[in-house]
Amino acid sequence: MEQHQPCSNSTIAEADRKLEQIKLAIDQYKQMKGALIPILHEVQDVYGFLPEPVLQVVSAELDLPMSEIYGVASFYHFFSLTPKGEHVIHVCMGTACYIKGAQGILDRLSTELKVPVQGTTEDNKFTLEATRCLGACGLAPVLTIGEKVHGRLTPNAVPKMLKEYN
Amino acid sequence: MNTVKIMIDGVETEIVKGTTVLEAARDQGINIPSLCYLQGVNHSSSCRVCVVEVGPRLIASCTLIAEDGMKIQTNTKKVRDARRTSAQLLLSDHDRECLSCSRGGNCELQSVSNSLNIREVTYTGEHSSREKDYSSPAIVRDASKCILCGRCVGACGTVQTVGAIGFAKRGFDTVISTAFGRPLAESTCVNCGQCIMACPVGALTEHENIRDVWDAIADPDQYVVVQTAPAVRVALGEEFGLPVGTRTTGKMAAALRRLGFNKVFDTVFGADLTIMEEGTELLSRLSSGQNLPLMTSCCPGWVKFMEHNFPDMLDNLSTCKSPHEMEGAMVKSYFAGKLGIDPQKITVVSIMPCTAKKFEGAREELSNKDMQDVDWVLTTRELAAMIKEAGIDFVNLKDEEFDNPLGVGSGAGTIFGATGGVSEAALRTVFELVSGQPLDTIEYTAVRGMDGIKENTVELPDGRTIRTAVVHGLGNARRLMEAMQRGEKSYDFMEVMACAGGCITGGGQPILNAADSSRLDVKALRAKAIYSEDEAQTVRKSHHNPFIKQLYAEFLGEPNSHLAHELLHTHYTARTKY
Repeated sequence: MEQHQPCSNSTIAEADRKLEQIKLAIDQYKQMKGALIPILHEVQDVYGFLPEPVLQVVSAELDLPMSEIYGVASFYHFFSLTPKGEHVIHVCMGTACYIKGAQGILDRLSTELKVPVQGTTEDNKFTLEATRCLGACGLAPVLTIGEKVHGRLTPNAVPKMLKEYN
Repeated sequence: MNTVKIMIDGVETEIVKGTTVLEAARDQGINIPSLCYLQGVNHSSSCRVCVVEVGPRLIASCTLIAEDGMKIQTNTKKVRDARRTSAQLLLSDHDRECLSCSRGGNCELQSVSNSLNIREVTYTGEHSSREKDYSSPAIVRDASKCILCGRCVGACGTVQTVGAIGFAKRGFDTVISTAFGRPLAESTCVNCGQCIMACPVGALTEHENIRDVWDAIADPDQYVVVQTAPAVRVALGEEFGLPVGTRTTGKMAAALRRLGFNKVFDTVFGADLTIMEEGTELLSRLSSGQNLPLMTSCCPGWVKFMEHNFPDMLDNLSTCKSPHEMEGAMVKSYFAGKLGIDPQKITVVSIMPCTAKKFEGAREELSNKDMQDVDWVLTTRELAAMIKEAGIDFVNLKDEEFDNPLGVGSGAGTIFGATGGVSEAALRTVFELVSGQPLDTIEYTAVRGMDGIKENTVELPDGRTIRTAVVHGLGNARRLMEAMQRGEKSYDFMEVMACAGGCITGGGQPILNAADSSRLDVKALRAKAIYSEDEAQTVRKSHHNPFIKQLYAEFLGEPNSHLAHELLHTHYTARTKY
């Protein structure tokens, strides 16, 4: 049904729906000690990162200064304060993967995507991240793109793998 | 039983239950070093320089509550080595430019390092953030000196409930930061400077204007007028080794003259003028019943706090400019006219116990005909630094008087420097204005003292009552404001000072180290000195100040007149919380 509506309206409706979801999470956790972290998780789930205007809502609702929220958001690697690409690539840099050449995979990805580690491609398609052990050492070297696991990779297999997402 | 017996270094001692091992040892004459600990502000036990041995373990003594039968060793090899390692690690990532650091000689890291006999720092490696933030006109942050003790975060967030800064990032990248790492000037910082007072090192300092003031003095085309706030005279002596609470009014006036200022005026005159204007404003608001409670506007930390946090209540703030701004406005109008000097050629310098006054001095609205009422604001510390630079033997100076006519103030104006002072000064005048005749009562002691929130109802001679609240410390102010918003509290008059104790413990005052500030009751000692200044005055009510009467007769007309509004009143700006 949304196809019949002008695009801007559906964007606004989408934004409202997302904010509504955050407000529900705030209501759910508000009374709990340490409510901030589960709420930030929800924000990150819904938006893919922590947008400042949404954090302002969290700050007002929880009566917490923004400096404190920024402190928590910048402490945990999981939280991102900048928008991420459509597909987030986590390259495992755990010991087993590292020995099996994870650095080469990471370098090749960086070259292919033309972004540094932590960077997002210009078309917002991919974000490249290095991560600690993913717990799939048997598949080393391993990475995940979104929810999907790609194991036993070689640098030369990278371009073909990326094509799956284009 | 309210005491416990513990053994410190083989000596048994009985102490009050709940005492920390650090305090207990210090009471026994054993000076355990500490850095991150600041009583009532920060109890994070993170720096580890205060460790002691309890059984097989090394424990931070600052937060270790002494328990009955505890055996504590403060001076074993293990303890000494651990403390030295912790201090050396801090030093290894500290910008050790002590010779040009404003805290050199009054730095807790330096004292700890000295007391532990650290002669070299063997740890080398990368340095963490070395960013300096000069964006604020009041406060400078220098990450290269920061030891991440968290004392400033406690002062800003826990005590003042401003929360402009906090810990951000993690591990080696950890920094004290504003939200999103923005410049301090773009944050909710109210410039109170309590972070500076809490900082053990030189990571937080005032934005110095010493060179600017020297330049003005050296400029033959400028007529440079200085004024000093009441709280400065009861603290300045500490910078020259005098005991806390020493009154140095006469020496200060003498020193200012020797520095080369053309006129040495007293902000107490401006305070008296504030009472005339604000007292009249209070009576008119009481009559109309509008915008009550009237909230004082002398404190620029409080004013900016209101603008950020309670923007819908700005109409409650008194429209009066703060005393030094009133004084500046009078210097550039009334006084300039009297002397026949072009006000463009007058520089007004305010010596304040405060860093927020620097921000206030630069507010666009505190000006007239494109001239700022006050050109430069220096803290008590900066004044001391100038006196030292000029080689003046402060302690042996002979007392001198302020200049006339804007250098004469009443006892009422003097007590502005302590919490409750503005209220008491206002009551001294308002009572007589209402009764229309002189009254014997001078001291209204109910508004004095160091309770965070002091409530009081006074009955005026005409039977009307004024419900007053005197608040100091922004945390207390926030609690009271919120109680008012919930409808639990209501008043007619509210005096608020951002710093606990009032201006006497402002962010521009001499800095005491953590040990001294917990040992001495600085607030009470400086307040006592302020009240003795008041008692020593013959004129103790603002409206009896002969020069105030003269000012109204010759220039302003009457309080809240059109001209008074133009020169002595201001407005406020709603600001965001983010």
